[in-house]
Amino acid sequence: MEKLTIEGTPKTPTINFDFGTGTLEIKGRSIPENSIEFYKPLVESLEKYSGKPQGTTSVNIQLEYFNTSSSKCILDVFKKLEAIHKGGSQITINWYYEQDDEDMLEAGEDYQAIINVPFKMIQVEE
Amino acid sequence: MLDIFDFYDKMERNNIMLSFKGDITSELLTSILQIMESKLDNMQEEPKIKRKVYNVLVECLQNLYHHMDEVDQSDATRDSGRSAIFMIGRVDNQYNIITGNYIKADNVETLRGRIDKINSLSKDELKEYYKEVLNNGEMSQKGGGGLGFIDIARKSGEKLSYNFLSVDNKYSFFSLNIKIAQ
Repeated sequence: MEKLTIEGTPKTPTINFDFGTGTLEIKGRSIPENSIEFYKPLVESLEKYSGKPQGTTSVNIQLEYFNTSSSKCILDVFKKLEAIHKGGSQITINWYYEQDDEDMLEAGEDYQAIINVPFKMIQVEE
Repeated sequence: MLDIFDFYDKMERNNIMLSFKGDITSELLTSILQIMESKLDNMQEEPKIKRKVYNVLVECLQNLYHHMDEVDQSDATRDSGRSAIFMIGRVDNQYNIITGNYIKADNVETLRGRIDKINSLSKDELKEYYKEVLNNGEMSQKGGGGLGFIDIARKSGEKLSYNFLSVDNKYSFFSLNIKIAQ
């Protein structure tokens, strides 16, 4: 089964996408100058995965910071997930935010309002 | 002789924590962000304020970065067209992030219109506008796509204060002062 693993850097998040278990994790900071280039492999993997997804797909997004250039790419990722969800794979997007990080919670709610996939807002201790 | 004391005195009075003038590269941004993050940590700044300052800083610096090549590099009349200025200071419990860069005179009115629109919106209207641009807006080649100023306005919770200084018939100098209150 295919896997996508991208190691995190000070400007880009760690990405783990395991087709076999149907889990996608994005964790860390996403503040690259060129986000399109960075997110391209993930978007391509999601396209591949959408052909034969697991019955359940679990998505965990735990970002400390993300820039507006990433926010469009993250939306693209969510739109791919929305299509997979429509196609029959049960998806929940777990959106993690630090205790007093209202901006990050609000960012999750912005996506929730746009994307037709169940979201779960999960507060983590600092 | 360059009056360095004058520079020092002005920076001291405005409590400038970091300033830079020159070419904005990706490596420079990485360094500035690292320095500012450790400064904010050393000052034991509240996590909430620290995050806001960091977020706004990222957007302001990346705005500069993406604008660098809009100025015609082959324009021999002004080498300084390639460089920008950036400062961050803290006065009276308020962070000030100030940037300045050349833009094409032709783009002044469009930019002014965009910022004025953002400044006319309430907090809730800004949230709706952000979602609208995020969802329907075109993505520029570099991935900016017009969300930067909206995000800066949302995160700072203040109006964007700006100025355009006409330099010649081709270029203007655009300055932006973002305040983040504690």
